[in-house]
Amino acid sequence: MTLSLREVSRVFTTEKGETIEALSRISLEIRDQEFICILGPSGCGKTTLLRIIAGLESATSGTISLNGMATTEPSHLMAMIFQEYSLYPWRNVQDNVTLGLELRGMRKAERAENAKKYIELVGLKGFERSFPHELSGGMRQRVAVARALAIDPSILLMDEPFGALDAQTRNRMQHELLHIWQKTKKTILFVTHSVDEAVFLADRIVVLTPRPGTVREIVTVPGERPRERTGEQFVHIRRHLLDMISEESGTVQ
Amino acid sequence: MTRRLGLVLPLLLIIGWEAVAIIINNPFYLPRIESVIPVLINPFSTDYTLGTGSLVDNALVSIERVIIGFFIAAAVAIPLGIGMGRSSRINDFFDTTIEMLRPVPPLAWVPLALAWFKLGIASIVFIIFIGSVFPILLNTIDGVRSVKKTWIEVGTTLGASERQVLSKIVVPGAAPTIWTGLRVGFGIAWMCVVAAEILPGPTSGLGYLIMYAYNQGQMNVIIAGMITIGLIGLAVDQLFKIVESRLFSWRGLDR
Repeated sequence: MTLSLREVSRVFTTEKGETIEALSRISLEIRDQEFICILGPSGCGKTTLLRIIAGLESATSGTISLNGMATTEPSHLMAMIFQEYSLYPWRNVQDNVTLGLELRGMRKAERAENAKKYIELVGLKGFERSFPHELSGGMRQRVAVARALAIDPSILLMDEPFGALDAQTRNRMQHELLHIWQKTKKTILFVTHSVDEAVFLADRIVVLTPRPGTVREIVTVPGERPRERTGEQFVHIRRHLLDMISEESGTVQ
Repeated sequence: MTRRLGLVLPLLLIIGWEAVAIIINNPFYLPRIESVIPVLINPFSTDYTLGTGSLVDNALVSIERVIIGFFIAAAVAIPLGIGMGRSSRINDFFDTTIEMLRPVPPLAWVPLALAWFKLGIASIVFIIFIGSVFPILLNTIDGVRSVKKTWIEVGTTLGASERQVLSKIVVPGAAPTIWTGLRVGFGIAWMCVVAAEILPGPTSGLGYLIMYAYNQGQMNVIIAGMITIGLIGLAVDQLFKIVESRLFSWRGLDR
């Protein structure tokens, strides 16, 4: 599944009637099974870009196409994982994971069978009957990942999914996400403001400029996974990215 | 312990009541407890109620009226509230009218109710409807608006139709608040039925019974009737609370 963005721009109009350009002419070709990180400072429109791709918002101009077919609506080929806790507190883990299948009218027994695979994949076996409030932050994001995977999309859109987690949990989740990615062969589009996270995860890192967001540079990250965070190459790419970002914002991070 | 502490004041009040009743020694001002208790422990008897039907008969009549009015109110308020909570156009269309009608006390509708529906159940049901429709409506709107945007967006990205967003996400998400509205609405409905029955017209119901007992100088029946009204109100409220803690415990725990 290839995803291509051509000259995608987004302009917001404030209540006072001023226009704010959030994204400007973003073009991007994403290959099948690729892991892409979109890196940029807060307010550069990276979340907006992801929401446009997901069909939750529309672009002011430009096109987004999946396998060459233009798309503007939410598609079953893509699933989104949100930053904040997006689980339904009145549904247990299994019923959260199977919502997408339930919406398609799949029978309960079949749904449960389907969910089992993904609940196991994210390491939540035994927690099927637990409710979100009984789970830790990391576990809740695992449920969100399983819920997205359950509809078997080709592309996962992830909006700073580990942003609210503590450093240790975050590292573990990054490892597990790579494992899931290698196992399920999904294309992943992952938004983050963490340079470290981007270098650890991505095949290619798309660096956005501050408002209006434009593609500043696309950095290819070589190296087998899991990557050594203190390795020479890792540190080198990390420094390159940090330099680029601090130059943009005029401050050293 | 706190539960026991809560029982101290009622006990003192009862003792105080009895003491005052003995001192006054006039059952037309304040009857003694021992004249009220027989009425309460023989709720099926018509001996005390002087030919107007027993305590239970009258209570059932009141409950029936409340249930009819309350269900009509819920049937109107919940769908309307969901519409107003979801769509600003629907909200704008109804909001001004509702805000104008809402401050009018339900009992101020009694003359119109009598004029439109004449004496009988319909006018009382109408008053109950007016009393309970607004709390249910406002809570439903509030509940629907409190449904997190992310919940809806997740549903949309998973392929939910507008209808499914409503049935799988908005309604369950708003359900605890709607339930609160029903609970408050029922409380007001119960007050309205008693008040409406006191007014001229009805010939049954707990409100009618206490007014009838007043005309007969039966203070003990009045107090027994008041206690019954209180107990029924309390019991229904507890029922609502039990359901709330069973079904909607997630509300307070959601993080």
